[in-house]
Parts: sequence; structure tokens; C-alpha cells
Amino acid sequence: MDARTPADLEAALADLAAPVKLLFFTRTFGCDTCGSARRIVDSIASLSDRVTVEEFNLVLDKDEVRDYGIRRAPAIAVVGEADTGIRFYGAPDGHELVSLIDAIALVASRDSGLSGESRARLAEVEQPIDIQVFVTPT
Amino acid sequence: MALASPHVTAAAVAAVEYPDLVRQYRVTGVPKTVINGRVEILGAVPEAAFVSQVVESVA
Repeated sequence: MDARTPADLEAALADLAAPVKLLFFTRTFGCDTCGSARRIVDSIASLSDRVTVEEFNLVLDKDEVRDYGIRRAPAIAVVGEADTGIRFYGAPDGHELVSLIDAIALVASRDSGLSGESRARLAEVEQPIDIQVFVTPT
Repeated sequence: MALASPHVTAAAVAAVEYPDLVRQYRVTGVPKTVINGRVEILGAVPEAAFVSQVVESVA
């Protein structure tokens, strides 16, 4: 965790400029952390009326799994006006909770927060880039 | 970066929950970033350097 308190995280969700959907992908069998991940997602949504949750099943909801490129469960797709390509795999606790809330705030603001130079370089990209960042919760 | 480009997707993967991916990408420490399944970045990197490595991975 960084230095932010639960109150800070709640404040980050209090004034979202636009609605954000959390698409939660679960699996009925063989998913030890799907239950805790769903509880975390629900608790985030309870802090802001602009955050909503939709649940899909990794096995049954083939269209959504394909459309959002989901490979595993639990997974969360952070979606604003359109899909953002931001995903969280695994239960978002500890530091990942902070990252998820930051992602929600960024998506609501529709501003990546990157420097002008970074934006210019990314604007040149015309091929798919898939970034996976491996993290631990603490 | 995913917000800044429609071509970029970005996933945070909880290493402890996906031992198969940890093995596949030989994750021995975190954060470890894997781009398009092949380019690897170890540790936290300043924004400009990180963006450069990501963009250059498909150049």
C-alpha cells in the first residue's frame, strides 16, 4: 500500500467526472479468489454511484469473453464510454486495490495523465501492444 | 498507456494467482512487465523510458 488511507481512496471515487463500468469475469468452478474479488469490486462500486458492476462467466458468456479478450478469472475490465483495454487479473487487494481505484479515476477523467512527449510517442503506434505487468498484492 | 492509445491493452496480473504465467514468463521478481509476450522489463521504470520500451517493442 502507498501512503493513502481508505478515506483518500474513497475521496478519489467521490467526484468521478463520468460513469465507469467494471466488467467482472468469474468462473463457477476452480476459482479460489473469484468470491473475494467480487466482494472487492462491489465495495468499490458502493462508494460511487458512477461505478457500476456487470458480471460475466468465463465459460458461459463467450461473446463478452471474446470481445474483451479475457483469458482467465477473476478478471476485471475497466470500461468508460468505450473499452479502455485496462484489465486486472486476480483479486485486487493490497496495492492492486489502489491501482484499480487509480485506473477508475483515470478512465472517468478520460486523461491518461501521461506527459505530452509520451502521448506523442504512443500516437505513432499502429500495431497491437499487449502489456502484462506482474505484481504482488503487498 | 492503454488510455492514450486504442492499440494498447494493459493488464495487471496478480502473480500469486497465476503460477502458470509466472512460469511461462519466468517471473522471479515484481513488478515485471511483459510486452506482446516477449519483451521483458524488470522493476519500476520512469515513464519516459517505459513508454520508449513499449513503443520500440513493435517498431
